[in-house]
Amino acid sequence: MAHDHDHSVSPHPESKDHPVRDWESREAAIRDLLIEKGVLDAGEIRRKIEEWEQKTPALGARIVARAWCDPAFEARLLADANAAAGELGIDARGVKIVALKNTPSLHHVVVCTLCSCYPRTVLGLPPAWYKSKAYRSRAVSEPRKVLAEFGTVLPEGVELRVADSTADCRYLVLPVRPAGTDSLSEEALAQLVTRDAMIGVAQASPPA
Amino acid sequence: MVEPAFKPGMMVRVRDIPVKGHMRTPAYVRGRQGWIEGLQGTFPNPERRAYGADGLPPVPLYLVRFRQSDLWPGYDGSDSLVLDIFEHWLERAEKTHGP
Repeated sequence: MAHDHDHSVSPHPESKDHPVRDWESREAAIRDLLIEKGVLDAGEIRRKIEEWEQKTPALGARIVARAWCDPAFEARLLADANAAAGELGIDARGVKIVALKNTPSLHHVVVCTLCSCYPRTVLGLPPAWYKSKAYRSRAVSEPRKVLAEFGTVLPEGVELRVADSTADCRYLVLPVRPAGTDSLSEEALAQLVTRDAMIGVAQASPPA
Repeated sequence: MVEPAFKPGMMVRVRDIPVKGHMRTPAYVRGRQGWIEGLQGTFPNPERRAYGADGLPPVPLYLVRFRQSDLWPGYDGSDSLVLDIFEHWLERAEKTHGP
């Protein structure tokens, strides 16, 4: 029997501190077959994991900070976020990204109720809570309560708009520029733009 | 290029098709009424690609907006929800309210 050996589980140490789950066995079996048949090698898989894990929300923060400083760039970002990212040397080719602009009277929050769709090319990998069933179900049915649990209490007069990433677009929230930041450089502004602000569960941080 | 059937501002209802599997329209909007915010483009149908087909011809994908109060019992206020829905999931609805 060709496959009576143990399949290698994920090379990630955090995956090994619990019993192997069905989906992990399935992933390992498919991966071993791809390697055995010469479709991929283990190094390519490792490099791809590394490449994705090296992308961070700092990329998205640069995009937001530029949009705050340059209204013409903001307009291009809202029209074609992938191309706007490219202008800053950020490789956001692939899946379409749509920027959602927050204003003092409109706040966006992003979720993927069906799985874990996320603008990975500009934010990196999603946080664990973004993939949890609790967030995925409650962010659509009681979003104000969820935001409040993140410490973000929206006034009654602000419209909250939930964006559920169901298909071929990924959503990036363009937060409101905090007050008192007129004198800050673009680099300093980028420090105020956190991952959570670009998901929409928080506002951009006030200046220190 | 497939000619999109719906234009921004049109009222639509999400078809309540009893299918399971890799479907990109969540259950909580099926049968509900919203309106077209815009066209996101045309994309190979992921509901067919998931099963080995090429998903062609590409299907128009719309950004559709709903009032939260139309989706969840007891939800008050003007909050709304947007999501991407493929054309084969949509049908025209009578205009009762909208943008």
